[in-house]
Amino acid sequence: MKVMTVGDVVARLESGMTIGVGGWGSRRKPMALIEGILRSDLTDLTIVSYGGADVGLLCAAGKVRRVVAPFVTLDSIPLEPHFRKARQEGSIAFTEYDEGMFMFGLLAAAHRLPFLPTRAGLGSDVMRVNPELRTVSSPYSDEELVAVPALTMDVALIHLNRADARGNGQYLGPDPYFDDLYAKAARQTFVSCERVVDDLLKEGPLQSLLVSRAMVSGVVEAPGGAWFTSCEPDYPRDEDWQKRYTTTPWQEFIDEPR
Amino acid sequence: MSRADVCVIACAEAFRGDGEVLAAGIGGAITVLAARLARLTFEPDLLTSDGTCLLTGDVPELGAAPRTVEGWLPFRDHLWLVLHGRRHVMLSASQIDRHGNTNISCIGDWTRPKAQLLGVRGAPGNTLCNPTSYWIPRHSPRVFVERVDMISGLGTDRGAYDLRRVVTDLAVLDFDTPDGSMRLASVHPGVSVDDVVRATGFPLAVPGDVPQTRLPTAQELEVLRSLDPGGQRGKEVAA
Repeated sequence: MKVMTVGDVVARLESGMTIGVGGWGSRRKPMALIEGILRSDLTDLTIVSYGGADVGLLCAAGKVRRVVAPFVTLDSIPLEPHFRKARQEGSIAFTEYDEGMFMFGLLAAAHRLPFLPTRAGLGSDVMRVNPELRTVSSPYSDEELVAVPALTMDVALIHLNRADARGNGQYLGPDPYFDDLYAKAARQTFVSCERVVDDLLKEGPLQSLLVSRAMVSGVVEAPGGAWFTSCEPDYPRDEDWQKRYTTTPWQEFIDEPR
Repeated sequence: MSRADVCVIACAEAFRGDGEVLAAGIGGAITVLAARLARLTFEPDLLTSDGTCLLTGDVPELGAAPRTVEGWLPFRDHLWLVLHGRRHVMLSASQIDRHGNTNISCIGDWTRPKAQLLGVRGAPGNTLCNPTSYWIPRHSPRVFVERVDMISGLGTDRGAYDLRRVVTDLAVLDFDTPDGSMRLASVHPGVSVDDVVRATGFPLAVPGDVPQTRLPTAQELEVLRSLDPGGQRGKEVAA
């Protein structure tokens, strides 16, 4: 059986791992799983994310060695305070990509390619601050393109609206974000969900089946597991709590009962 | 008629002639109103969104749900559309230089910034692949700088696809000069050329005769009131 607890998932993680986190900004982040990492001994993690509070929380708790992201934002609150602090104190390394480059990195990893070419990034300082990035000449024209390396990861953590006990995952909101790509890009994927159900097609249409069990190592039933980020249509973002997160001193916030 | 009304019209004018492309206003009331007003008046073929992933069939007022939806544009397709190019985006910038290179990533040395901002987001790809305009609500020497700290959006000297115009609370600027540097195109009513020059931290190309930014028509003002009955646009512009 793939159904497990947050603790079971955290026990499968190791310090130093590269962990991809699904969702986008402050939307459908696997917050229950992130909370599990916060309360573990894990450290030295590389976090790959269209970043939001997941990145901020892990930075504040000292779990992060490197962040790979095109942005870190809370959407309704543009700047993420804990990510900012970590960057300004120099306590984390940062690999900063354009949003489209980042998607191509996910696509490359999902297709088990070493890289994918794109124009996005050329001419910008993304090339300056990531000196390891290479360009590639088109074999069909004289165009030079960025060779975005595959964003391979040890583990992906995603939160979906529904899943079944075998690990098939379903989204019911307006946007799948990139959660299927994370699942395909990682060696192991753990899905938390609002509810584990027997028959996903009673919950939503065929097109809402986003992640196949062939890509999933474990399923956690975690109602409210994306809170305080949004998980449409089950619940919107908890703006009051998000505000509290950005204004409360870290130690006070993390000690607070949820 | 307020300064904010003039700014919305100046932003809407950026979309004139665009036809059947997505008019993407990034953040805030002014850019969203500009795209919607352009679609409701002189550029009816534009596509506009609800701010998330719905392409709306009608053009609702700010914050209201559309009556009809004509398309679905989740983030993955939005990122595809950026690379495809049938999109005109109106971005913002924390810093902009005389060739229109912009920064939204961080202030100071990137390796350990004085102030971490958003990150480059989609600015590199947007500016390389799409017509791009900017809305900058506070025209000041802190924003209009000699050199930006982290080039996120590309200027005319670094391969920008098509930088159309920069609208601020004081003026409209474009890049219609032989070397693609920034030029003062018009000043808003009540603003002098000197005001703009003083608020700009680099030498600006100033033509001998600088026109005034055009005023909204009576019909445009009516459309604006219906799209923004609560006057959210006023909160984005000081004057």
